[in-house]
Amino acid sequence: MNADTVRRVGLSLAAPALAIILSLAITSAVLAAAGNDPFDTFKQMIEYAKEPRTTAMIINGSVTYYFAALAVAFGFRMNLFNIGVDGQYRLAAMLAAAVGGAVSLPPILHVGLILLVAVLVGGLWAAVAGLLKVYRGVSEVISTIMLNSITTALIAFLLTTDKLAVQAEGSNNIGTKPIPASGQVPGIGLVPDSPLKVYGLIVLAVIVGFLYWFVIEHSRFGFDLRAAGRNEEAAVASGVNVKRMILISMAVSGGIAGLVGMPQLLGSSYTYSLDFPAGIGFTGIAIALLGRNTALGVAIGALLFGFLDNSSQILDLEGVPKEIVMITQGVIVLSVVIAYELVRRYRIVAQQREVGRRLSEPPAPAAGNDKTPQGAQA
Amino acid sequence: MPESEGAAQSETGAAATVPAVELSGITKRFPGVVANHDVNLRVRPGTVHAVVGENGAGKSTLMKTLYGMHKPDEGTITLNGEQVVLHSPADAIARGVGMVHQHFMLADNLTVLENVVLGAEPRRWGGFGLNRAAARTKIREIGKQYGLEVDPDEMVERLGVGDRQRVEIIKVLYRGARILVLDEPTAVLVPQEVDALFEALAVLKGQGLSIIFISHKLDEVRSVADDITVMRRGTTVATADPKTVSSRELAELMVGSELPSPQTSDSTVTDRPVLELSGINLIDGARHLLRDVTLTIHAGEVLGLAGVEGNGQAELVESIMGMRSVDSGTIKLTGDDITSWSTRRRREAGCGYIPEDRHRHGLILDAPLWENRILGHQSRKPNVRGPLVDRAGARTDTERIVREYDVRTPSIDVLANSLSGGNQQKLIVGREMSGNPKLLIAAHPTRGVDIGAQTAIWDLLRTARAEGLAVLLISADLDELIGLSDSLTVILRGELVAEVDPSTVTPEQLGSAMTGAGEAA
Repeated sequence: MNADTVRRVGLSLAAPALAIILSLAITSAVLAAAGNDPFDTFKQMIEYAKEPRTTAMIINGSVTYYFAALAVAFGFRMNLFNIGVDGQYRLAAMLAAAVGGAVSLPPILHVGLILLVAVLVGGLWAAVAGLLKVYRGVSEVISTIMLNSITTALIAFLLTTDKLAVQAEGSNNIGTKPIPASGQVPGIGLVPDSPLKVYGLIVLAVIVGFLYWFVIEHSRFGFDLRAAGRNEEAAVASGVNVKRMILISMAVSGGIAGLVGMPQLLGSSYTYSLDFPAGIGFTGIAIALLGRNTALGVAIGALLFGFLDNSSQILDLEGVPKEIVMITQGVIVLSVVIAYELVRRYRIVAQQREVGRRLSEPPAPAAGNDKTPQGAQA
Repeated sequence: MPESEGAAQSETGAAATVPAVELSGITKRFPGVVANHDVNLRVRPGTVHAVVGENGAGKSTLMKTLYGMHKPDEGTITLNGEQVVLHSPADAIARGVGMVHQHFMLADNLTVLENVVLGAEPRRWGGFGLNRAAARTKIREIGKQYGLEVDPDEMVERLGVGDRQRVEIIKVLYRGARILVLDEPTAVLVPQEVDALFEALAVLKGQGLSIIFISHKLDEVRSVADDITVMRRGTTVATADPKTVSSRELAELMVGSELPSPQTSDSTVTDRPVLELSGINLIDGARHLLRDVTLTIHAGEVLGLAGVEGNGQAELVESIMGMRSVDSGTIKLTGDDITSWSTRRRREAGCGYIPEDRHRHGLILDAPLWENRILGHQSRKPNVRGPLVDRAGARTDTERIVREYDVRTPSIDVLANSLSGGNQQKLIVGREMSGNPKLLIAAHPTRGVDIGAQTAIWDLLRTARAEGLAVLLISADLDELIGLSDSLTVILRGELVAEVDPSTVTPEQLGSAMTGAGEAA
């Protein structure tokens, strides 16, 4: 049993290790081909990441990514591919910002209301795709992509000065009315000596991550969800109402997606403006793949992507194109998918052999009790 | 049944002719397990050579070796006198070896022609076009030559099981195979279709093709084969002459022990109805999938449902389990009208279900055994406590099932796909028998399991019956159906067309009733 545990842990670490080694190797090759010293480049990135300010930025970037990746991962667990996280968080952030800027409430309530609006908007927007899938058989891949485009148009329509937006002072930028202090979440001085504080909503990220793990792994709902994700037909036969599960999990996925913009909105920008970050939902897909849809794995993936994004800022100054990092990110995702599939197959075969070995008594060499009326063949 | 025309001639000429296939001393090891050791097989040209053995006896490993899917560690493969090394199935195909798999590998949404040429398309327009005309001609020729006629332009989804199998054989012949490996070809066929298959095999054999026929069904093997090789525990243990050996002797060679039979003992049927269906109709567009199905199963009764596959059995089961909603009629379980209940509620009320396709409907293959034990019982003790999964409870109860139902596994943490079919099935039976079911639906409960597991499952069904369960048994194995059932009903095109007495009916009579050809006994 103990040896088995060691083996199991070893095998589950094998895939990510393989993936990282592979992607480092490929990135190094690309760097070397472009005439840069790979080791020197990595060293610079690590040195830069160690600076307190960069470390804080890495953590902040990771918090945002974490929500996005968890949203995607929740769908993946049910075999739903929610490509619409991007649209869901943007719409949620915009409307939550508008509501947050429009009301004035006591501090905690104010934040709570903004988060609630964000979760509801994200969840309902994703539920549109869920409804289409359940009642019309529309693939969620198609509908969520289209909803992303609709979101972009909708935000462009709503974010004008005669509707939800106001002119930002001293710039051409427009955004929702800034959220007053009661709706802001103060940062935490998590990194010593850093002028930049870490988003206070990191606490929420930890809580959501824990809930994600607990619900998926330990609740009946999570069991039904995983069953439906792994074998839909068997789940139906076992009494799971798959249509309801699709609706619920799309909505939950969208709800988590609604939180993606919150650290930035409540922690630094306080307004949804034209330059609010977009595209995080797609990064979330990559990170969910990287983290194999587990709460912990996704956290590590988010940190890795946060590190690559922020520490690469130094590279341009050193004459290395920082786009190299995008290559690395892409390579990591591909390597992870390949490495996990290889390890998964190896595992199944290894286990089948193991079971075969433990169950079959070693075949008696002479097979003495064989009744062979016509004799064994020559 | 085919005349074994080749047998007489080849009996004497055996020593003189070069064998079509000769495997000698084949050993194939996987780390930790020897799948085949010292296997010897000699197939005379123009004959049907049966390879029999229990599941896990190494037949599939051997056939994979012959089909080039892996290389043997020791031993040689000789085809038509020439020793060969096969690196891939493509190699095997190039040398005239063709394989017809047990599970059909056809694309339903393509035509027969498209399925046949898939991967070996005749080209035109400089390689960019599919030369349908050429393919059609060739398929028709094959059909005429070997008596395997199927309309090349029919969609595969509209074909019955027998025709699908014919398409599989045509596919192999189209690629020029002269040596055919058929893996359990009769598992899915009714007697009449089996006869048709055997006629086709006789024609193939007459044209000089060699056929390796893998099967469990010993009566069939004896009627179709010219030679029999028996495998047990990874090696060939005997050869037998189908004309002199009895099924019982063959089976004993396979198992190395006494044989089971599916007879049930005294009747335990009571007058307490458990499942009552009345006037069930299920309509899909213009098609009547079920028409006025009315039946009652009492406590302690096994009701056998006989029918050619695709005549509404699956739909009936799904209706009873609540996976489909019926268009009219009522379903009652011990007096309660459950027609509008969800699947989960029906399961909680005591409906156990051993599905027809355990991989698709019964298990999560990449989940450990204890998680599979929870499946279908997600709302009941000992698997859950309130809204949470009770891992400890589920695990303990899985240990119990493994023990009581003799599931052979080193641990309950292995994934379900590591177990053999028989052990997977025993786990399912054990699971479905937990939680005091009142009704057990057993669809093909022994399909694809070895004889040891088959006996065990029959015993379990008998025990269930003795404990007062109502059992709905659906099976393509007519002996099993006749042997286990207290009453038998025949379903044809969604209608219950005949009731027969299992104590007097023969498999042939039942087979005729199933095809609507004759009157039941």
